[in-house]
Amino acid sequence: MEHKVIDAQDVVIRFTGDSGDGMQLTGTLFADASALYGNEISTFPDYPAEIRAPQGTVSGVSGFQVHVGQANVKTPGDLADVLVSMNPAALMANAKFAKPGGSIILDQDSFDEQGLEKAGFKTMDPVKELQLEDYNVIWAPITSLTKESLKDSGLDPKSIVRCKNIFTLGMCYFMFSRPLNFTEDYLKKKFAKKPDLIAPNIKVLNDGYNYAHNTHAIGNTYTIEPAKLEPGTYRSISGNQATAWGLMAASEKSGRPLFAGSYPITPATAILEELAVHKELGVVTMQCEDEIAGICTSIGAAYAGSMAVTTTSGPGLSLKSEAMGLACMTELPLVIVDVQRSGPSTGIPTKTEQTDLDQALYGRNGECPIMVMCARTPSDCFRAAYYAGKFAMEHMMPVIFLSEGYLGNGNEPWKIPSMKDYPDIKPPIVTKCDGKFKPYERDPKTFVRNWALPGTPGLEHRVGGLEKSPAGPLSSDPENHARMVAARAAKVAVMADFIPALETIGEKEGDILLVGFGGTFGHLYTATTQLLKEGKKVGFAEFDYINPLPKNTAEVFKKFKKILVCELNCGQFADYLRAKLPQFKYEQFNKVEGQPFMVHEIVEAVKNLK
Amino acid sequence: MKYTQQDFKSDQIVKWCPGCGDHAVLASVLRAMPEVCEARGYSKEQFVFVSGIGCSSRFPYYMNTYGFHGIHGRASALATGIKVANPHLSVWQMTGDGDALAIGGNHFIHAIRRNIDTNIILFNNRIYGLTKGQYSPTSKYGMVTKTSPYGTIEYPFNPGELVLGARGTFFARSLDSEMALNQEIMVRAALHDGTSVIEMLVNCMIYNNGTHKDISDREVRADRTIILKDGEPMIFGKNKDKGIILDGLKLKVVKLGENGITEKDILVHNSKDDNFGIHSMLVDMKYPEYPVALGVIRDVADKTYDDSVYAQIDQVKSKAKIKCMDDLLHSGATWVVK
Repeated sequence: MEHKVIDAQDVVIRFTGDSGDGMQLTGTLFADASALYGNEISTFPDYPAEIRAPQGTVSGVSGFQVHVGQANVKTPGDLADVLVSMNPAALMANAKFAKPGGSIILDQDSFDEQGLEKAGFKTMDPVKELQLEDYNVIWAPITSLTKESLKDSGLDPKSIVRCKNIFTLGMCYFMFSRPLNFTEDYLKKKFAKKPDLIAPNIKVLNDGYNYAHNTHAIGNTYTIEPAKLEPGTYRSISGNQATAWGLMAASEKSGRPLFAGSYPITPATAILEELAVHKELGVVTMQCEDEIAGICTSIGAAYAGSMAVTTTSGPGLSLKSEAMGLACMTELPLVIVDVQRSGPSTGIPTKTEQTDLDQALYGRNGECPIMVMCARTPSDCFRAAYYAGKFAMEHMMPVIFLSEGYLGNGNEPWKIPSMKDYPDIKPPIVTKCDGKFKPYERDPKTFVRNWALPGTPGLEHRVGGLEKSPAGPLSSDPENHARMVAARAAKVAVMADFIPALETIGEKEGDILLVGFGGTFGHLYTATTQLLKEGKKVGFAEFDYINPLPKNTAEVFKKFKKILVCELNCGQFADYLRAKLPQFKYEQFNKVEGQPFMVHEIVEAVKNLK
Repeated sequence: MKYTQQDFKSDQIVKWCPGCGDHAVLASVLRAMPEVCEARGYSKEQFVFVSGIGCSSRFPYYMNTYGFHGIHGRASALATGIKVANPHLSVWQMTGDGDALAIGGNHFIHAIRRNIDTNIILFNNRIYGLTKGQYSPTSKYGMVTKTSPYGTIEYPFNPGELVLGARGTFFARSLDSEMALNQEIMVRAALHDGTSVIEMLVNCMIYNNGTHKDISDREVRADRTIILKDGEPMIFGKNKDKGIILDGLKLKVVKLGENGITEKDILVHNSKDDNFGIHSMLVDMKYPEYPVALGVIRDVADKTYDDSVYAQIDQVKSKAKIKCMDDLLHSGATWVVK
């Protein structure tokens, strides 16, 4: 085959294999090496809930998609230019994600009769069966080459076979002209305590690279020039890590120690794990006995003066409902992070969705409004978590940060901010008062009450879930109750004065306004860019704040003939907008498949709009 | 500073039913507080009273201290958060048999397992009072209540067994009307570092009147209860003529002077014994076979969770190069774009 070097703007590569094949690591290493090389990247891990599902079956297939480019990489990409499948099941499950005419790398050794049968193939010719004749299918005996490469390494046979993902990575590094040194350095660090593993891993990486170089099987190789990024120091960060760091940053800025009470739940667990690491910065984490204890320990910590946070996913948020009401009633600062996943009930725990919006907005007893906000990209979770902490503490109330599995697990390069660029956080802590301290006296403009920390002499007071009056701890007076309900609502509503105005990307007025929130930002942004290029009069409004809505929302909406609300649920945000701004008509584009949007789907939806 | 019980009394009107055992517990707590301050060097502003839901959970409103009246069953979790966030506080959890053992059972055992340094007073009246008379996890088998019109078909928990099962470091039991003993136990609980559980047998005048009367009636109390005191033989009875011995693998009630039994045969109480074998048997003693054990049954030292949290943080901090967020943001793999 003729060897072509393609100078690409961007490419998408999808690594797939058995959940024990190390595809998440392979993908992450490829992404990191690309980021260090200077490309823009966006990643999307797509893995099953089972830790080790039956080997070789479709249910055990784990995937990791990386989008690498020179500029404007805002999504992990729709279809893969290169699909790597380590076994027949991975090909079976992922062939649909390969771009027509693209390349497919297969481990020839795994495509035996037994493997094909386990994966559900009916014939011995998977290429024909899946109609992949027009693809550049590269058959490489990856397992046997790995064995050959490491036969003198001293490793046992099992460990040798486990290195086949690194061999594959080496092949991909040749194919995409990536330097090897970043990954070599990584391997040296990773195996610092097991030095016997360093040399074999580096060898197999280089052998994979050289194999791809020497064989004529690989037709095309790609160069992707470094992106023209804003100057600065960068790092790669995932959404869950950025969330943890954003919370820690808010804690440092406010001077309030960070307390996180949580319970492990996919896909939010990584936030708790990350926070648990950072004892050097004084973070207190408690892995509680359940979700309810997670939020209740946090509410206790908030009462005692901590910046309190509880992290969870949909089912956990359900369990926390009653205690969220307690935080609202006692007017204590609390950040609740919900990394949304596919539901209802256990749903598809490892897959992403935006289906908890209704729950976040309404899922509590009584009149219990709570501020709800979200993040656009993995690194944007830092900003969202920081402001969730700031608003919770300065306004003495619970705040929900609605993250998503897609954001939490995704990675992207991030220009490292400086703490001095973030605004001050000044919680309304009181240390003395004239006469008896009244906990529910409020600022007349913001409706914020003061925070008196136990241990402060003279400010002894009681809080609790019962209705109270500004004067005392308990009141069942009807008029007082109405006033308190109104005050708690006003406290949230007034936040519209503290959040940024809604911006329009693309046309400021025109035919169609795309509307979205959270992690669909990248797909909607890219779709908007494409549509603009095609001459369509479209704009795009991304909501970082849902409750309350930005004050200028109606101003933005009325400049467009049609509004298309795109969300990964059945229309929860569209319904909310119908209730809040009924003067507009809302069209919907929805997807509830546990998968992110694809850009082309959005583009088609806009074009199909009658 | 020297305090009196008046310093701890709030301005709220106490709204428990007349004759409720909770009044006596409140009086005992008010009496104990100045002594607790003296013994531990606490100031009033260091106290936080935390509760869940139920009659006894109104308690925080009656104390002129910091207080948190939480939601049903979650007092242990709230108290845990408060104590772990600020270990300098003296945290007292007021809870009932429904709040701690039914809806809050999970939080209760895990607080004990972690050995959070809080003091839990468990008001056990064997009934749901606030919801007007349904059986609780400590109601006697067969008890007729509004939700068990033909008698319960559930066996009750013995709270002390749960505490020991959750590897509790402190367990005491008392009766609402034993004011002097209550005060003494509360001070002991405050002196104990770790979770202290005091099971307070209280009477509910309205829905479960006389539930403890087979042991608490003045005429029979001395013969049907035993107040355990460290270093003293387990002798009880109106005439101080009964004692407890270890007979094989079981406890046995004996009469002094009968069958050659003398005081030196009687078990001597040791709440500090790490092994909870005897403690478990003492917790388990039921009338009529045995006297019901009152006083501090178990009080052993162990690391507390809240201390360990900060010990770990200090240890990590002392070795860490990262001192602030800016350090962390620039740590690990980074690259420069020019």
